[in-house]
Amino acid sequence: MKNIINEMKLRLPAISVNESVCRSAISAFLAELDPTVEELGDIRLAVSEAVTNCIVHAYRDMPRGEVGNIYISVRLYNTREVSIEISDNGCGIENVEEAMRPMFTTGEGNERCGMGFLVMENFTDTLSVKSKVGRGTTVLMRKFLKQPEENVSDLISSSVKGEK
Amino acid sequence: MKEAKMKMEGGSLFVYITCEIDHHTAKKIRESVDTELARAMPKELIFDFSGVGFMDSSGIGLILGRLEKAQSVGATLVVRGLSPTLRKLVRISGIEKLKSLSVI
Repeated sequence: MKNIINEMKLRLPAISVNESVCRSAISAFLAELDPTVEELGDIRLAVSEAVTNCIVHAYRDMPRGEVGNIYISVRLYNTREVSIEISDNGCGIENVEEAMRPMFTTGEGNERCGMGFLVMENFTDTLSVKSKVGRGTTVLMRKFLKQPEENVSDLISSSVKGEK
Repeated sequence: MKEAKMKMEGGSLFVYITCEIDHHTAKKIRESVDTELARAMPKELIFDFSGVGFMDSSGIGLILGRLEKAQSVGATLVVRGLSPTLRKLVRISGIEKLKSLSVI
């Protein structure tokens, strides 16, 4: 049976310095499951993209001087599933399908390359995006971590291969 | 600047990035590289990523933006020192296929 073994909720102002804060907080929280370097790298990358979207796009219509919030909820399950929900109360996305198309961007002039959703999709196991114009966007990502035994056997088999 | 170290050698401008690259840091890196590029007018711009522990798609935007700047001053762009994770991100972006960019 799938049970939640730990849960973390964060609320941070949508300012760019918090991109690295979010990555670090999630890394620390996941340490309990002892993910591989690759798994942790994948999650850090996907989180960075989702958080950056909140900062760059979600609150672009905010009056000057006001800052919106980023809400992050991370759950760890006994099945080694990690679920990460990142939401905002920003402008929302009119056409989610179009926004998820690789290289689609509304951030021209700011060197945004329209890869955010593509990266989230490629570096996690499931991705869903829900958005309402004027209400905000929620991104839900899941990553299924390998069993630690698998990691050990992977290490052994790769070191054996290396010796040959 | 602490985000990147730069040096000119034999007509090439070497940029060694020494921080994590995200939307927050990319802006600072971009500004200092562009200033140095306009001042030094190199024939080649070499971006070394071996000191980069983390990069998201802001790094791809940074590379593409510098490619455009380099071309505008007649310089070529070389990207080197990518870790396996960075290489995976570069591969997904498809920028390796650009003829004007060398990824080594």
